[in-house]
Order: sequence, then C-alpha cells, then structure tokens
Amino acid sequence: MGLFGGRKTVFVDADILVIGGGMAGCGATYESRYWGRDLRIVCVEKANIERSGAVAQGLYAINCYMGMQWGENQPEDHVRYARNDLMGLVREDLGYDIARHVDGTVHMLEEWGLPIMRDPKTGRYQREGKWQIMIHGESYKPIVAEAARKAATEVCNRIMVTHLLMDQSKPNRVGGAVGFNVRTGDFHVFRAKAVIVAAGGASHIFKPRAVGEGMGRTWYAPWSSASAYALPIEVGAKMTQMENRIVLTRFKDGYGPVGAYFLHLKTYTQNGYGEEYEKRWYDDTKALVGEYVDRHPVPTCLRNHALLKEVAAGRGPIRMVTKEAFQDPHKEVVGWENFLGMTIGQAVVWASQNIDPKEVNPELTTSEPYVMGSHATCSGAWASGPEDYAPVEYQWGYNRMMTVDGLFGAGDTIGGTAHKFSSGSFTEGRIAGKAAVKYVLEKGKEQPRVSEQEYRDLEKLIYQPLENYRIGRNEIVAGTVSPSYLLPIHGLQRLEKIMDEYVGGISTNYMTNGVLLNRGLELLAMLKEDMSRMGAEDLHQLQRTWELHHRLLASESVTHHTLFRKETRWPGYYYRGDHMKLDDENWHCFTLSRYDRKSGKWAMEKAPVYHIVD
Amino acid sequence: MPTFVYMTRCDGCGHCVDICPSDIMHVDKTYRRAYNIEPNMCWECYSCVKACPQNAIDVRGYADFAPLGHSVRTLREEAKGTISWRLKFRDGREKNFVSPIRTTSWGSIKGPAEYAAPAAADLAGQELAHEPGALKVKGGLPALRPDQLKRGVA
Repeated sequence: MGLFGGRKTVFVDADILVIGGGMAGCGATYESRYWGRDLRIVCVEKANIERSGAVAQGLYAINCYMGMQWGENQPEDHVRYARNDLMGLVREDLGYDIARHVDGTVHMLEEWGLPIMRDPKTGRYQREGKWQIMIHGESYKPIVAEAARKAATEVCNRIMVTHLLMDQSKPNRVGGAVGFNVRTGDFHVFRAKAVIVAAGGASHIFKPRAVGEGMGRTWYAPWSSASAYALPIEVGAKMTQMENRIVLTRFKDGYGPVGAYFLHLKTYTQNGYGEEYEKRWYDDTKALVGEYVDRHPVPTCLRNHALLKEVAAGRGPIRMVTKEAFQDPHKEVVGWENFLGMTIGQAVVWASQNIDPKEVNPELTTSEPYVMGSHATCSGAWASGPEDYAPVEYQWGYNRMMTVDGLFGAGDTIGGTAHKFSSGSFTEGRIAGKAAVKYVLEKGKEQPRVSEQEYRDLEKLIYQPLENYRIGRNEIVAGTVSPSYLLPIHGLQRLEKIMDEYVGGISTNYMTNGVLLNRGLELLAMLKEDMSRMGAEDLHQLQRTWELHHRLLASESVTHHTLFRKETRWPGYYYRGDHMKLDDENWHCFTLSRYDRKSGKWAMEKAPVYHIVD
Repeated sequence: MPTFVYMTRCDGCGHCVDICPSDIMHVDKTYRRAYNIEPNMCWECYSCVKACPQNAIDVRGYADFAPLGHSVRTLREEAKGTISWRLKFRDGREKNFVSPIRTTSWGSIKGPAEYAAPAAADLAGQELAHEPGALKVKGGLPALRPDQLKRGVA
C-alpha cells in the first residue's frame, strides 16, 4: 500500500467552522445557530465534545460572574480587577465586553441544569470569592456539549485540525482548514466562509516538575496542545502578550486548586517554620515593581514572587494551613469535593500519602509555566474589539476577528483578556459566534476558493511521519532509537528542555535573559528542522506529532515575545535577569508579533494600551 | 494518576476509547480489551472511569510520587443525577462523598433554533441570544462610551 493508499479525502463545506469543542467552541456553536438559522455550522474537535477541553473532568466553581442582578459587581469592576492582577496590561475593551455578557451565560447554564449552589441566607448564588460562585460541576462539560450538539449542523469528533487554509481569490482571507481523523486516518478538507478558532492553550511546552508517569499530571490539561496559537500564527495572524506565561501556586504534585481554600475556607500560607512570609518580601518586591505591590488584591505573580524568595532563602516548604478550617465538617466536605469535582488527582495524592488536611497542613509549590489566554494570564491572538466603544487602533472589522479576514477566535485563543475562565470563554465564544454570522451575511458571502495544490501539499506533509517511520523502522532491530527518525515524545521532551533551560522554566527558577533567549531560539530552530524527520508508528502518534508542531510554533512565539519585552513585568511568572525591573515608561504597552511562514521570520511591534475605566 | 483496566471485567465495548480526551484508551488487538497506551499523557480526569459500564477501569497514583495502597473510586449515576466517591487512604482510612450532577433531565436543553428567530436588525446590535432578559438587570446591556477610553500609562 502506497502513502495514500486506502485513505479517503472527506470534504466538508460550512458557512462557519468552529475549531475546538471546549467551552469557547460550544459557546460559539450555540450562538452561531441562534443568529444564523439557515447556516451550515460545523464544530470540529480532536477528542469528543462530551468530555473535551480544559473542563473535561468538571469544575467546582465558575470564576467569572458579576452578579449584576444583586448589584454585587459591575463589568467595570472586573476590568479593574483583571488589569490590576496582570500588572496594568489587559485589553480593557475586550474584558469589559465579556463581563457585561457573562451573567446571561451563567443564567443560561443554570437553566440547562448545571447545579449552582445557593447561599441559604440570601438565596443568591453561593460566593466563593468576589468573582467566583460555587457549583456542582461534574457534568458541566456534558451539559454544555448537549447544547452545542443541538445547535450544530454537524459535530466532527476525533478530527485533529493541523492547518488553516487561505482563500485564493482574496488576499488575507481565511478559507477553511485541513486535518485528519485519528481513528480512520481519513484526510479532511474543510471549506468555510468564516472560521472560529476555539482550540486549547499550551501545556507541556515547559518541562513539568513531575517525571515519568507523572508528566501527565500537569496543571493544565495535557491535551491543550497550543493549537489555539499555532493555527492562527501559521497564516500570519498577529499575536499579543505571548511572553505573559503563567505559573500557578498549587498543592504539591496534584496541582489541586487553592482558590476555594483561600477564599471560602479561609486557609492561609506559612513557611516551613510556621511563619508568615509574604510581608517579609514587601521591600524587595517594591524595588522591582514600585507601587504595583500596594494594589489590592496583591497581583498573583507578586504572591508567587514572595513564595519563591522565601523558598530560595531556605525556609521551605510553603504550607497551606488547613488544620483549623477542616475542623468544621462542612468545610472539610467542601475541601474534598472541590478536588473531586475538578482535580481528582490531588485527592489521590493525599490518599496515597496519608495526608488528611484536618491533621496535616499540606505543601504548596509553584508549577512549570503555561501559556494560555483564559486564566490569570492573557496570551493569544490580537483581535478586533466591540463596535460600540473599542478605540480605533483596536477596531478593524468584526468583534473578535483577528488580523486575518474571516478568522475569529475565543477562549484561550484571544489575547489580552485575562480572568475569563470557563464562563467567560463560553461567553467569548458566543460573542465570536454572533460576529461570524454577521461577517458571513455581510462581507463574507462568497464561498472562498481553496487551492487544491495547497491542500494536497499539506496532505503529503501531514502523513509524512507515518512514511518516515515505515521506512526507518526497517533499519533497526527493535526499540525506540533510530538514526532516521524521532518519535513525538522525543521531540516533546527536547522542546520542554529547551524552554525550561533557556526561556525561564523551573530549572532556572523562572529566570532568563537576552543571551539565553537567543540561544534558545537557535535550538528551537534545529528542532523545527528535525520536525520533517518525525516518525509516527500509528495515527495516535501522528496526532502527537502535530500537537508537537503546534507546541513548537507557540514556543517560538513565546521566546520572541520574551526577548522583545525588555523588562520584568510579572516577577513570579518569569524574570529577565538583564532587565529585572518593571519599566512603565517604555513597556506599558502590548507586544505584538507576526510570523511569516515563507521566510520563517517574526516581526515584533508595540501596541498602545487604553484604559477605559478609572 | 494513570488508569488501568481489569482483565476479567472489561468486555471491550470501547466506551472509554470513545470518550478519552487524551486519546490514550485503546483496545488491545490480542486481548480485545481496553488499556491505557500512554500513562504519561493521562490527566486522571476519570472520564473513562465514569463512562465504563463494567466498572472495569481503575487508577493507581503516578508512580513517581504516589505510594501504593490508596484508592479513589467513583460511581456516576445519570438517572439519579448524582456522583458518589469513595476514598481509601494508604493507612486504610475511608472518606465518602456524594454530589448532584444535574438538575434537569438529560436531553432536555432547548436548542437555539427552537427559540423565535431574532429580528434581522438585532444582528447589528451588541445583545447576544436571550439578552437583555437573561442578564436580569434593569436598563439593558451595560455599555461604555468611546470617550471613556484613555490612551497611555497607568
């Protein structure tokens, strides 16, 4: 059987193609159907939308809810909060837009059957903190998937999208996407008038703390493989704030969340000798970032910074003081169910090590860095803002459209909008969905023309690793070591090591500098060359190969952005040793990049920050 | 914590293969039963454990940090609308928890096309589906004015 023997090409035509069926993708699919009754809306997902994306195992809280109906918060309050937490730099127009719509999304989720806890005294949603409400969210994703299935013309599960296609009849307009079915191996060509990228952010680009089996126990899902970034990057969409990676302080080894513990259970941290330590590092932090340290709440990165300094001073481990709170049986139940609802692995770690937080104060640690756009960080694509108030520099077309015509994004994909979480990502999907319908009915009426030459060339490229393996495998007796090909796990581990050692991972305590970053880029370039020699034994390995391709492109982007921003804006997330201080005079701005796939070059520029709320 | 499958309980139905978000539950060609092909890409999300009709899938904590002797078992009952958990510590202590998973019947969500179609003119506005009603606020969808935007340093 030849290279393409027995493999079908499946053509799928759509008006709107939604790539990724997680929270953002399901929101985009739902809203597209509401406004576009007669349109063909196709949602494509590499797993199964019933349990895919970052919410696959459930959530115990919705972290973005205003509570406008009870006057709890207004959208502008959320903008202030996110701006403060991200050290001044967020797209306030986009953040406000999500905040003004998000309550409607949450009310819809409750109507669909998501159990939201209520405060027995007030009858309002049970608050975990100022922005968080508590839910029994084991079935959060199946509920949302049910709504998306009812909205879509077709849901294509188990298809890994590898590349976007461009329209041949118009410059800079998207035309569709290609990918392959990870079960049958069939080649899929999607042709669409508008494409909404709602794929996942990036885990596993930096070396994780766990080794061996445990490398899957990352904080963010191991299947979040940076497709959110690589797909738009490859067609020249501008990206923003890709240097703004996030490091999480979490319970050790299981990365169990600390939000409910801090906010609801009122537990607190101390060093290995039972002392409060954050105040001790106030002057040190102030010398780096100035008055940002005095803001309330203290920005997440700065709290990480104090923890890192305390551990480096030899007074670890940092512990969460749970013994007091867990004497209350209700709080004990909340503490455990919080894990079982969203990070089951943490319950396993504690059960295996006989850690009962009623008797032992569990250890905390800082994670390896992650790149994503929906948590307390905001890497992603540079997108057009809402038509009714976004500044001119932020507006060139339809809401949430990237710098490529007809290409929209939501969730982890869109940069500058931190703290959207699950409800905000779903909401941003809805915003993008409506805008895409508008685009298809107005500007993008014509079916794009995709080049047969282009998708046939891509087909050859996509399946090449199977051929590399088939041929190279005959050279060796057995095992995984070949002079002719690398397996995807080999490439992944090389990527993680480069990023870890040169771009500010755990091995260097998140420290990097211009010299290290430039050397990192040289090593990434060699890995990029080696990608043409990847070997895949089967379709599963082929999926891993293309996930690696996406992670590598995103990593290159992260490294260029980190090199470009000559300051340390977020100590505790990463440090530029050659520019240790925050520099508002020169860097109170967004960083933007554009990749040219023909030359392989990255063009960097600055974009202004607008503060829309006092 | 990576999953594993008990040989005597698995009947090879493939529900776990169908649901796994990481594509790591596959059916072994010789034994015709499922197994975890890539434990280091398992997020211990329990999607396969919950989906298994035979309760054939269990988990053993990651070898690099979890001592043996523990267990975290679950039973998800869609008809009852609950999920139950039993934790067993290495030293034998047990903890049990039960939570609701859904307040409405499965399949009951109304699709977006089942609502009255919006007016064509509304496509130009900023309101999303079911707004402003779904926001439950007086005065409609909040908005900023363009003159509230200030360029520059904080």
